[in-house]
Amino acid sequence: MSNSKRETRTALLFVSPWIIGFLVFLAYPLSASIYYSFCNYSVLKAPVWVGMANYRNLVQDDVFRTTLVNTLIYALMSLPVGMAVAIGLAMMLNAKIKGQTIYRTIFYVPSLVPGVPLAVLWLWVFNGKQGIINAVLQPLLDHVASALSIVGFHGHLNAPQWLSDAAWAKPALVIMSAWGAGNAMLIYLAGLQDVPQPLYEAADLDGAGWWSKTWNVTLPMLSPVILFNGIMGIIGALQVFTIPYIMFPGGSPARSTYFYAMYLYDNAFVYLKMGYACAMGWIMFAITVILTVAAHKLSDRYVHYGGS
Amino acid sequence: MTTAVNTRRKKGGPGRQRNAWLLHLVLLAFSVLFLFPLVWLVSTSLKRSDQAMQMPPVWIPHPLEWHNYKDAFMYHHDVLGYIPFLQYGENTVILAVLTVAGAVCSNALVAYAFARLRWKGRDAIFALTLATMMVPFPVTMVPIYALYKNLGWVGTFRPLWVGFWFGGAFNIFLLRQFFRTIPLELSEAAKIDGCSEFEIFRMVILPLAKPALSVVALFTFLGTWNDFLGPLIYLVNPKTFTLGLGLQAYQNQHGGTPWNLVMAATTIVVAPVIVLFFFAQKQFIQGIAVTGLKG
Repeated sequence: MSNSKRETRTALLFVSPWIIGFLVFLAYPLSASIYYSFCNYSVLKAPVWVGMANYRNLVQDDVFRTTLVNTLIYALMSLPVGMAVAIGLAMMLNAKIKGQTIYRTIFYVPSLVPGVPLAVLWLWVFNGKQGIINAVLQPLLDHVASALSIVGFHGHLNAPQWLSDAAWAKPALVIMSAWGAGNAMLIYLAGLQDVPQPLYEAADLDGAGWWSKTWNVTLPMLSPVILFNGIMGIIGALQVFTIPYIMFPGGSPARSTYFYAMYLYDNAFVYLKMGYACAMGWIMFAITVILTVAAHKLSDRYVHYGGS
Repeated sequence: MTTAVNTRRKKGGPGRQRNAWLLHLVLLAFSVLFLFPLVWLVSTSLKRSDQAMQMPPVWIPHPLEWHNYKDAFMYHHDVLGYIPFLQYGENTVILAVLTVAGAVCSNALVAYAFARLRWKGRDAIFALTLATMMVPFPVTMVPIYALYKNLGWVGTFRPLWVGFWFGGAFNIFLLRQFFRTIPLELSEAAKIDGCSEFEIFRMVILPLAKPALSVVALFTFLGTWNDFLGPLIYLVNPKTFTLGLGLQAYQNQHGGTPWNLVMAATTIVVAPVIVLFFFAQKQFIQGIAVTGLKG
């Protein structure tokens, strides 16, 4: 046996776990899932071919549309807020300030809290009556209301019912995701530390102020990371499940927190409409692929890569 | 050039100092915002149940009810029943050991072939491997569930760990990047000494790759510890629940009324992760750096 043949055989032995893993946990499920998406399938009985029915029903399914729209709105709310917090904190920490390590740890640690305890903790924090947020907020609002009475405002300002008011449930989730921005903050901080100092010196020579330096140097230099995080954020939003599932059973209040992955899960494991769930899965996959490709196209055209 | 920057920094002056104070003020305000939920968590977990509900809120519990932690673990009550948190903890640790061992062994082997062996189709298969990172879990969720159901594995731990013994794209990528930085001369020297490929892998590469292997171990552990959807789908009997699933069931069944006990249970699930972070900061940072690079 020739040397290279033997090397190939050894290599195949080494990769064999992944070849099996790829076939059993990816290739087979992907093909089975596309087949099921054209079937009526309850897992208890053999799948029955129904053609495009699942996809046709999805187009007409109001709940599907609601969950898709909810997911998009949530992504469009939480991404900018999360980015602003993460970039803002990273920029402040990048100022070589005393105690940087301590601040960094404080901002990072909340992002470590796992999904289930995170949801349970914030159920308590957002609790309408005994929650700590409203316990701090309500007295403040009372003061504001009494101050406003001078200008003829007579009424109450009530703290939001975060968990039971459809208008405030999504903002509550946005606040929680901003609280977990520490992970992204570290990625931005690493990006900031890679910005070449001479760029700032040149800007200083041109008499640029802080704002102009941020806008013309820092953010363009961060743009690859921003784009990457943004796309990953939208893809991640499509898979948001644990926290709303625990905090807002059934997407309550008024389905305002019923997200894509929750509806997919319910179809699969509550209604046992596995074929329908697979169709939803493929639409999710299609969106993911389109966004990833778009990100690469966009980054070629608009994103500034240092050094190139 | 650097000296120029430094002298200018030193020349700071009063304006710069005022800015520093302002920065500290803003950072402190954010620190309070970021810390208060955690402070509130621990504070509630040490309160008497009536004090937990008290308005205006009490920040420092008195007296400190340490036995809440014991109660959360073994709460005997007619209405609340028995919450076997100790059992949940044991289940989670067993699963974590199985997934970490599986991920470290399988991904190290596979990454070695991609990083240090020359074979036909290597680059194509590696590109395919990276592409699999795009596949969202919900797409393959149903067929994999059906597969395990046909095997009669639903309700056991197996669906939650067996897959980890067959590699995963992200860890393969992470380890491959690291293996490539180890000088090829080391392998060649071992080969001259008569080592087989597996011996080189085990005696030369693995000992040098400990930092990268510990990143894989850490993030696999966290993945298992934090997983909710997997246990939710596959575990049926409350005796087999993990900490995450058990905490959700606990909260769900009792509507959170004994908030002090619910917060004690929550602290128990959170604390190990944070303690781990303080012991393994370096690995955490490396893991984050790789996630940031992935795109």
